[in-house]
Amino acid sequence: MKEGHGGIWVYAGHSGGRIDRSAMELLGKARKLADKIGTELSAILVGFGVKSFAHEPISYGANLVYTVDDERLTNYTTMPYTRLLVDLIRVEKPGIVLFSADANGRDLAPRIAARLETGLTADCVDLDIGDFEDKESGNKYQNVLLQVVPAFGGNVMATIVNPERRPQMATVRPGTFDVPDKDLNRRGDVLPCEVELKEGDNAVEVLEIISKENHVSFDDARIVVAGGRGAGGIMGFNLLRDLANVIGAEVGASRAAIDAGWISPDHMVGIGGQTVRPDIYIACGISGAMHHVMGVKNSKIIIAINKDPNAPIFDVADYIIIGDLFEVVPKLIGNIKGKRAITHGKSVVNPNRFNINS
Amino acid sequence: MDVVVLLKQVPDPKEYVRIMEDGTLDREKARSIINPCDKSALEAAIDAKEKYGAKITAISMGPPKAEDALREALAMGADEAILISDKKLRGSDTLATSYVLQRAISKLGRYDLILCGVETTDGGTGQVGPEVAEYLGIPQITCVEEFKIEGDYVEAKRTLESKFERLKVRLPMLITISNGAYPPRNTAFSGIMKASKGQVQIWSTASIGADENKVGLVGSPTKIMKVEKVEFHRRHCAIDGDDIETLTKNLLDKLEGNGISLVGYNNERGARRNLGLCRA
Repeated sequence: MKEGHGGIWVYAGHSGGRIDRSAMELLGKARKLADKIGTELSAILVGFGVKSFAHEPISYGANLVYTVDDERLTNYTTMPYTRLLVDLIRVEKPGIVLFSADANGRDLAPRIAARLETGLTADCVDLDIGDFEDKESGNKYQNVLLQVVPAFGGNVMATIVNPERRPQMATVRPGTFDVPDKDLNRRGDVLPCEVELKEGDNAVEVLEIISKENHVSFDDARIVVAGGRGAGGIMGFNLLRDLANVIGAEVGASRAAIDAGWISPDHMVGIGGQTVRPDIYIACGISGAMHHVMGVKNSKIIIAINKDPNAPIFDVADYIIIGDLFEVVPKLIGNIKGKRAITHGKSVVNPNRFNINS
Repeated sequence: MDVVVLLKQVPDPKEYVRIMEDGTLDREKARSIINPCDKSALEAAIDAKEKYGAKITAISMGPPKAEDALREALAMGADEAILISDKKLRGSDTLATSYVLQRAISKLGRYDLILCGVETTDGGTGQVGPEVAEYLGIPQITCVEEFKIEGDYVEAKRTLESKFERLKVRLPMLITISNGAYPPRNTAFSGIMKASKGQVQIWSTASIGADENKVGLVGSPTKIMKVEKVEFHRRHCAIDGDDIETLTKNLLDKLEGNGISLVGYNNERGARRNLGLCRA
């Protein structure tokens, strides 16, 4: 660690009086990193009423929880959150600060990084602590944060470091790490911090918050059926929805399908969309760009259907079907229904009873 | 109103790039395009121009060939185009890039609204917009689906994971346009004619008064330590069959042989929960 800077911080997002699942995931990973270098792990909780669950990050691994609790911070807005976090970082000098790469984390972290003129690595798929030797300068650095990100194109991963400036900052997509076991016996401290809001902090006014009715979440999905460019259009996705209905899956899509406007962006799977980790991931007509693969690699089983025998998706698949999804998927649906009829001695229940978000 | 659109030229994601035998990327065939969300940001700027009247300046930082992207921006409806291109900028990370863009915008002097895409398809960090806003000291609203301008104020609809926010902020400010919002128009023939005559100004590090220690590899706090090919430990089991019927049957049999069943999954969400399979 650079002199004067130490400790790992996790900015813990929250809603409904609980810290986000992604914050738990980050705390679990950060705990391991902190143990590796024998340092403290702190969580930062900002909002209104956060004191009531300030102990929660401790049970997921934090030694210390900084709380900033103020009615004026009820809704996240960029400016006040940036300033109070920057103020805290300048005083406490953490070595590492981690954020979840959700909409607010991606809004906040770069703002803080720019104000502190430090490095920020987006959408890390793994984090570790290790040594770095700068071959240009010959300088050696011990115990720096190793930030693993998918490199554009092909099956390559890059390890990024920020050797000179502090704090080292990174964002991580929700779903990347496991949620650690909750341990209510863990002990830690809660440190309430005073907030001093200044003029300009309330530049952005929140007029209204509207919840999304068709919010797509893959958190509880056991199976995900996803389509890409090969789905060819809205008809292709209707076919994939049929399959999803029959096997109780959520419907996902690659960036190509989103950009083509065949399905709403909420369904996007991969870096830039959601990271999924179902039991079974069925990729239909998806070529398998690295940014997609990184969002599905934690799936237990990957089945890939693609016309192109050279599609990179097959490199990461457990079961490979070289064929046209418009032929394969209907037959697959038929065979699943047929097998079910034999197994249960009756036909499947009305698939319309399960309403897939669309 | 002066509107600045920041855009980046990226390899066309439609053409997937594979690793060659020697470990380098096969980029030879890759076509370049305007990053899709940045193109939507330009569309949003043109929309604002039509509604409220505006002068649109498109700014990009990149190699000389990024001039093509700016020509396309002129064809779509940008009034001016500036390319910041300089060998000293090579290797800039998001912080260094944002610094350069801020210098260029400051040189331009006049700006009310700055628009860019929420992220690029190549880097995908989504960091440049907020970092530029921070360097300029102006507010930002990210992931915007639509916005309108009333007097000195912008009202924007921001999309998050499970909700939308309606936000209001005074100009000048920066907006990042979300994926899928403002689908870009087709370029009219008149636009192409205009673009072929239009000038793309080329600015250097010196001309924007940027500190050379804050740009390029030197000015980038993040360094690439190593790049590795990833090995995926998967079964790689190819399913055969004389026809599709047999093929799909074979898949289900093979899955069942390995203790996995698609047939066993119920199509009712409640039933899935009851199976106790849900995590956390």
